[in-house]
Amino acid sequence: MAASSRTVSGSLLHGRLAAARSFAIRNMVTIMFLVISALGYKLSGMTPFLFLMDIVARISRNAFLVLALIIPVMAGMGLNFSIVLGAMAAQAVVIFVTHWGFGGLPGVLLSMVLVTPLAAVLGLLTGNLFNRAKGQEMIAGLILGFFAQGIYELIFLQLVGGIIPMDNPAIVMSSGVGVRTTIDLTNGLKYGLDWPGQYWGNDLLLRPTLPWVIIGMAAALAVGIIIYQLRTDRRRRMSTAQLVITGAALAWACWWSVQQIQSRSQINWIRVPLLTWLVIAAACAGVHFFSKTKLGQDMRTVGQDRHVAAVAGIDVDRVRIIAIILSMVMAAWGHIIFLQNIGTFSTYGSHEQVGLYSAAALLIGGATVARATIGHGILGTVLFHTLFIVAPAAGRQLFGDAQIGEYFRVFVAYGIIGVTLAMHAWKQVLQRRSAAQ
Amino acid sequence: MRVKSAFKDMDIARLIIAAFFVFLCIAAVALRLNISELISSSLTQMGMWGVLVLAMLPAIVSGTGPNFGVSLGIVCGLLGGLTALELAYRMEGVVAFPPGALFLVAILFSLPFALLVGIGYGWLLNRVKGSEMMIATYVGFSIVSIMKLAWVFLPFKNPEMAWPIGRGVRVQIALANRGLAQILNNFLAFRIGDVVVPTGLLLAVALAAFLMWLFLRSQTGMAMATAGSNPRFAEASGIVVDHQRIIGTVLSTVLGAVGILVYSQSYGFLQLYEAPMFMPFVAVAAILIGGASVKKATITHVIIGTVLFLGIQVVAVPVANAFTADWSSMGEISRKIIQNGVILYALTQAGGE
Amino acid sequence: MAVEPILRMKGISKSYYGTKVLDSINLSIMPGEVHGIVGENGAGKSTLMNILFGMSVIHSTGGFEGSIEIAGQPVEIKSPLQAMSLGIGMVHQEFMLLPNYSVAENIKLNREVLKPNFISRIFGPKLQSLDYDQMYADSRKALERLNIGIDEYALIAGLPVGHMQFTEIARELDKQNLRILVFDEPTAVLGESEADHLLQAIKEIAASGIAVLFITHRLNEIIEVCDNITVLRDGRHVTTKAKQDTNVIELAELMVGRSMSFATRQRQSSHQGRPIMEIKNLSVDMPGERVRGVNLTVYEGEILGIGGLAGQGKIGIANGIMGLFPTSGEVKVSGASLELNNPSASIAAGLAFMSEDRRGVGLLLDSSIELNIASGAMFGTGRFVKTWGPFSQVDQAAIRENAEKYIADLDIRCTGPKQHVRQLSGGNQQKVCIARALTMNPKILLVSEPTRGIDVGAKQLVLDTLRRLNAELGMTIVVTSSELAELRSICTRIAIITDGRVAGILRPDDSDVNFGLLMAGQPIDKGA
Repeated sequence: MAASSRTVSGSLLHGRLAAARSFAIRNMVTIMFLVISALGYKLSGMTPFLFLMDIVARISRNAFLVLALIIPVMAGMGLNFSIVLGAMAAQAVVIFVTHWGFGGLPGVLLSMVLVTPLAAVLGLLTGNLFNRAKGQEMIAGLILGFFAQGIYELIFLQLVGGIIPMDNPAIVMSSGVGVRTTIDLTNGLKYGLDWPGQYWGNDLLLRPTLPWVIIGMAAALAVGIIIYQLRTDRRRRMSTAQLVITGAALAWACWWSVQQIQSRSQINWIRVPLLTWLVIAAACAGVHFFSKTKLGQDMRTVGQDRHVAAVAGIDVDRVRIIAIILSMVMAAWGHIIFLQNIGTFSTYGSHEQVGLYSAAALLIGGATVARATIGHGILGTVLFHTLFIVAPAAGRQLFGDAQIGEYFRVFVAYGIIGVTLAMHAWKQVLQRRSAAQ
Repeated sequence: MRVKSAFKDMDIARLIIAAFFVFLCIAAVALRLNISELISSSLTQMGMWGVLVLAMLPAIVSGTGPNFGVSLGIVCGLLGGLTALELAYRMEGVVAFPPGALFLVAILFSLPFALLVGIGYGWLLNRVKGSEMMIATYVGFSIVSIMKLAWVFLPFKNPEMAWPIGRGVRVQIALANRGLAQILNNFLAFRIGDVVVPTGLLLAVALAAFLMWLFLRSQTGMAMATAGSNPRFAEASGIVVDHQRIIGTVLSTVLGAVGILVYSQSYGFLQLYEAPMFMPFVAVAAILIGGASVKKATITHVIIGTVLFLGIQVVAVPVANAFTADWSSMGEISRKIIQNGVILYALTQAGGE
Repeated sequence: MAVEPILRMKGISKSYYGTKVLDSINLSIMPGEVHGIVGENGAGKSTLMNILFGMSVIHSTGGFEGSIEIAGQPVEIKSPLQAMSLGIGMVHQEFMLLPNYSVAENIKLNREVLKPNFISRIFGPKLQSLDYDQMYADSRKALERLNIGIDEYALIAGLPVGHMQFTEIARELDKQNLRILVFDEPTAVLGESEADHLLQAIKEIAASGIAVLFITHRLNEIIEVCDNITVLRDGRHVTTKAKQDTNVIELAELMVGRSMSFATRQRQSSHQGRPIMEIKNLSVDMPGERVRGVNLTVYEGEILGIGGLAGQGKIGIANGIMGLFPTSGEVKVSGASLELNNPSASIAAGLAFMSEDRRGVGLLLDSSIELNIASGAMFGTGRFVKTWGPFSQVDQAAIRENAEKYIADLDIRCTGPKQHVRQLSGGNQQKVCIARALTMNPKILLVSEPTRGIDVGAKQLVLDTLRRLNAELGMTIVVTSSELAELRSICTRIAIITDGRVAGILRPDDSDVNFGLLMAGQPIDKGA
């Protein structure tokens, strides 16, 4: 009796260990970046206040763009580097909206409305292009971004002010032709979504302090989990261990927040742009909802096997085009959010790295070329931008040169994509080989 | 005959580009631009890029597709160049390298790097069959960005290369000090009227192309081409396809290394850090414009593509400027559109998986 | 019996590019009947099924003749979707399953149960939510009809092959209007007990009133499960028999039959040369043509035929010997052991191979005739290459001369040695393959499916060439072919491969019955 119970508990322990190991292997990238980020934070010598302020701003700025990548991954098209086109469309619209003199929340909303058809058309064209280069979508998207850059420059550097009339010294270069290299959105779209109350004074409701937001999010999450547990089939419920860990984490976050509030630390100076965060939350909810619809299921079907999908009667090409359109529109909206947060942008450069940084963030969050979730997107945004914040400071501390940290973070962005792509391609080759046997 | 058949390979996209080049040339004449200067600078540009475009050939022929990661070879070449300069500095007072010898030393130093990197890179490409182009692109990006760190930390002592303050080597390293600048260009250079012919440079490209032509007619070259065009046939003929792909990748990487040295001596500087990042795309676009596809390429494609693409780049800027001063960026814009347009076109023609 | 046939196909004929592949086929099936269709590769089974499913390959090549009736109603089936809506289901030979979906999601693939929501009311039905509970419940029901304990929540990835097959069947059963269910080689991937279970399930499905069309090479299964059996051969309807009126041997005989177009080679004087190749316990892991321990001796100067039904492993033998698929066992050529899994070693040992996949493996389609002919010898033995130390150059003149010789010898119809092989007809391409093999100057020539995809006139020429090589040059040839008649017309001995092993070796003039028995995997009755 005793012997048997010992073996049972022994094998249970063994099983737990094996599970933990496979969890670690599966999430190797994320865990590695967790360590690197923590190390970088230690080395940088930043105060929690500065770090949190920066990370809050960067999450508000970038999370939506990262979410734009999820749907094409679902449809098996890999990382959609063509979201650069969506960003360009956003910049084009923002330039005109600024020219027309709109600002604030109305300006942001108008931009989003105007950019939607433009991004949809670009998505339609891109989707068609991708359907002609099946299996090479990612490189095609990358090159398409460079190509579109040329067209974009042609329009805004050579045609605006000349063939396309625009008479606005704040936007057009002094020669009268071409849009200035930087556009200032102050008194325009800046903080239009982050802080629509900027004209009415300091509105605590629209920009609550960070500790309160954390408490609010923890509460919302707890309620959400309880509802999920009650409404879901027993097999798919969270396990007790998961519940305990999540509960502890939430409790700790609340406890820490309350402490900050009571101690009146600097952390209380950090304001969260609530409306923007709500928009991001809505995007998460939207993507999640979408994945549970018929169209979402069709995309996952097409994503797994185009041939099987076609035999089952799904219009593969159409589904792929819709995926790109959705991604493109989301990217355009995301970039408008980015621009209103940052408040000034480089006309010919701000969009360039959108694809690279969003893709890197998603992958660092644990996504692969074949599987990406909202969780990957959010976690990846936090981790990647942590690295972005701490790398230059850590470089300065370590080598006396912030540039080194800068080089390092750019390398990480390219490297992570390269490694993930290679791993995925290798896996595909192995699968093809085993399928042939 | 060969040229004629190569023109047959040119489909509508390439014909448009060719027509555009002809239009630019006519416009240049009509606008009374300095034709001799345009021709001189076209010849130089073609020579500068010639070997780098040629580096695409073994990659495509061996079946790995255009080498979007030729920046690996470029980095090896730069490394060889820096090592040669460092050697010249350390040996000062012991041996004085004449510029020609130093250039050869730079090439010699870059070869072992290129060989090793090429083997590793080929090994990687064998594991990602079907996605070579995308992987190559990001391997290239990654290597260029990690080399930025390396340029900072590598222990070079030569003051011509170092920043006056701070650490690491400079962004651009002048070659004129050691007499390396334009060393090929000026070799046997002559003038016809106002046209300067960079004889040495063109000879170097021609030599590289000739050696490649010989290689493609050797037993190994034939085996490599067979492996590239039909891997299953090749396996059945006793050819180890993966080896051939590695040979193609090594050759491409080596040509990339030699190519950047040829390029740099003409430019007069070794360009480090960001510079090699986007060079592969120019080379890829050039060979594609010449009529190659991502699966098939010949030396004729290399030559036609180099002439067409770099000719356009040289002529477009002054022609655009002559129309209106506002169009100062037109050269760069047209390069972006043509370069990336033709790569996109080739990708859609490949027909996917 | 007033019951009407659920499916009736009348006078079905079909040509591809002028070649008749189906010639007035008649088929009629009652509800609840299990109807077997047997025939060799190329007998027309798959074309017949493509017609039934309205596959686009049929309609893009000019449609077909004849008529189809479902439950007495004449129908025109234009697309697979329409076939589905008429109640025709198909269990494919290759699985149409998605590994990262649950069993239920696969069963409901593109037929998901949906429920409207707020968003879908605005933006359209494509945004309706999936009703997972209902999908799982429906799947459970379909699986229960098969009487198999598969968890509908399990992911397909990780299921045993048999369960995948049953998931496919459950998908068809879940279709409410299913009336006719086609099984295309369903047991090819199954183990014995799984196959038994499947046959049981088929009987039960039929008992519920669904008509089942069962296509297989395994004649024993046909006899076990079918009510009626139709035999096709060379696109013609040979016969339809009730189960009790026939047996395995007769079916095998009917399938291979004796085609009248070739004369059988006369029994030769029984003198045999010395053994030139000895094959011991050869196993080859070639997908779909697995070899499981073949023992065979090839004698110098003979033409050995290797025959058997498709999928039994005959194709795998030559491919394995040439090192093209993972191989184990022992092969001796002229007494010397051959290094396996290494194509170079096989070529160096004096073996030349003409692949059954002529366009994929056998030729460089976009290269010149002369290069194709020279390539084997060039890479294998270094012929046509001039070397100077580490440097080498191909000898263009020698390549040209060699090509011109074979173009004349074999009468290859082309514009010249520089013409690309892709532009040649199938027969001339095959001659290029022969020239390529001969240029390698082989001791033994291995030929797979020499007449596949070649028109009739050219077939005879290719076979004559092989016979001539054997007679005039004394070359040892091993021919693998699905066409028994072809083997019987040129071979001295014919080995029949069944289930990856040699079932027996026959003379070309042995009786049809014996060939039939061996192909069906039955021992030859010594008394017969």
